[in-house]
Amino acid sequence: MKIINCPLNGQRNAQEFVYGGEVEPHPNPHLVSDDEWASYVFIEKNLSGKVLEWWCHVPTAYWFIAERDTKLDEIFKTYDPSKIFKERIDFLPPEDSSKKTTESAVNNMHNTDSIKKNTTEGNS
Amino acid sequence: MVFGLLKYGLNPRFHPKEFIKESRDLKPSYDVVIIGGGGHGLAAAYYLARDWGITNVAVLEKSWLGGGNTGRNTAIIRSNYLTPEGVEFYDESVQLYKNLSQELDYNILYSERGHFTLAHTDSAIRTSRWRAEVNKHLGVNSEVVYRDDLAQMVPLLNLSEDVRYPVLGALYHPPGAIARHDAVAWGYAGRAAELGAEIHQNTEVIGINVENDKVISLETNKGTVTCGKVLQAVAGQSSEVSRLAGFDLPIRTIPLQACVSLPVKPILDPIIVSGSLHVYISQSDRGEFVMGGSTDPYPRYQTSSSLDFMEGLMGHILELLPFMGELPVLRQWAGLADMTPDFSPVMGETPVQNYYIDAGWGTWGFKATCVSGKRMAETLATGVTPKILEPFALDRFRTFDLVGEKGAASVGH
Repeated sequence: MKIINCPLNGQRNAQEFVYGGEVEPHPNPHLVSDDEWASYVFIEKNLSGKVLEWWCHVPTAYWFIAERDTKLDEIFKTYDPSKIFKERIDFLPPEDSSKKTTESAVNNMHNTDSIKKNTTEGNS
Repeated sequence: MVFGLLKYGLNPRFHPKEFIKESRDLKPSYDVVIIGGGGHGLAAAYYLARDWGITNVAVLEKSWLGGGNTGRNTAIIRSNYLTPEGVEFYDESVQLYKNLSQELDYNILYSERGHFTLAHTDSAIRTSRWRAEVNKHLGVNSEVVYRDDLAQMVPLLNLSEDVRYPVLGALYHPPGAIARHDAVAWGYAGRAAELGAEIHQNTEVIGINVENDKVISLETNKGTVTCGKVLQAVAGQSSEVSRLAGFDLPIRTIPLQACVSLPVKPILDPIIVSGSLHVYISQSDRGEFVMGGSTDPYPRYQTSSSLDFMEGLMGHILELLPFMGELPVLRQWAGLADMTPDFSPVMGETPVQNYYIDAGWGTWGFKATCVSGKRMAETLATGVTPKILEPFALDRFRTFDLVGEKGAASVGH
């Protein structure tokens, strides 16, 4: 894998990119048990074969999602995270979570904050 | 000479020593099945037989013995770690390695060279001092040395200040050694087989049957075997095999590349490592310079080499040892390293009863072959995790009780 097709910048040298971890659902830290949270933080699927991953084009600080085969080391597809993360998710304490989440979801479609949140965690 | 060779070669009295009996069919059941015929698995088989008298054991290897990371590492053995847990653990391994040729009656070419971890910054000097003091406190021989000492001890090292990363000093660890890695696997295999363990090559585990959270039997390409206990020691494939048993691990599989130069006469005695530059180099008994660098920038299940790695490594090596510019690289390869979030292994019990794991060895598994084999054998035989392994339990990732080991390897962090 020498060239990566960045959704924002087109085909660029692979050295310009960093790996950011597997794409996995981010649990609400206020609602999950400690075990589930620990598992989200540390446990990896680490699949041999097709995977869905976060990658970042470093010079433009642009995070995107790539479909890669870890056995062949080939990226098949790259796209903007908005294709998967369609609405903003706020991780609020249980009492107001229902209200705020719906509200913000309507107002902040495609907001980049949720992408950043996910990538930071994926990168840990 | 020719006739002498023919005479002894054809004489049936001098036939080559048969190390492992020809592979038979798998028995329907074993007390212990070890998945993975690398150094760790074979060592566990040997110590199970030697220390605990458990010989109804099968080692299942999907290809050939020591064909994975055992044959791909750069064969460095040392115990100059940072945490007391790490130092204690690896020191036991160094002690076992020292007598291993004698014990296995097989020459592993253990060669004590002295090990220098170079420091290029003030903070690296501080860490070296920290490591040296922890080591000395625990009875391990380590000391910080500075430029004038280095000029005498490693005359080939480029101590010029007119380079990108001038050398300020080093952590010197006299017991640092290298050994012939294949011989370690073969030696353990031979003795384990002699004591009664069965070693099955070309036998791949394709399924693991678990009932009520307890392992019952293994499906292999040569049939089903029921088993009392199972030890998984399959570095590089750990996540894939544990998934068969029904649980995931805190591991990313990331290749680590290495290479060797053309062999030359012995000119570099010690092992030179630079943690900041991600470089380690030693001269093997064959005369080849064995060089390794950082882990690859992202996970993959592939052992191909890359030009990026070679460029990055050589840039630093030529600065440290300029004479290396004269030597062509002979071979280049990669091994699949199990990287854990805290750069420490995962050993002991798993969520599945009677299923034990020895994984997460990242870039430092070879030097732990003896101690992990011995202690995993103890764990399997007694059912109790020995104190020395407790810090490395898989459970630590559930309780956020990680091991703060940054001296783990010269690479990857």
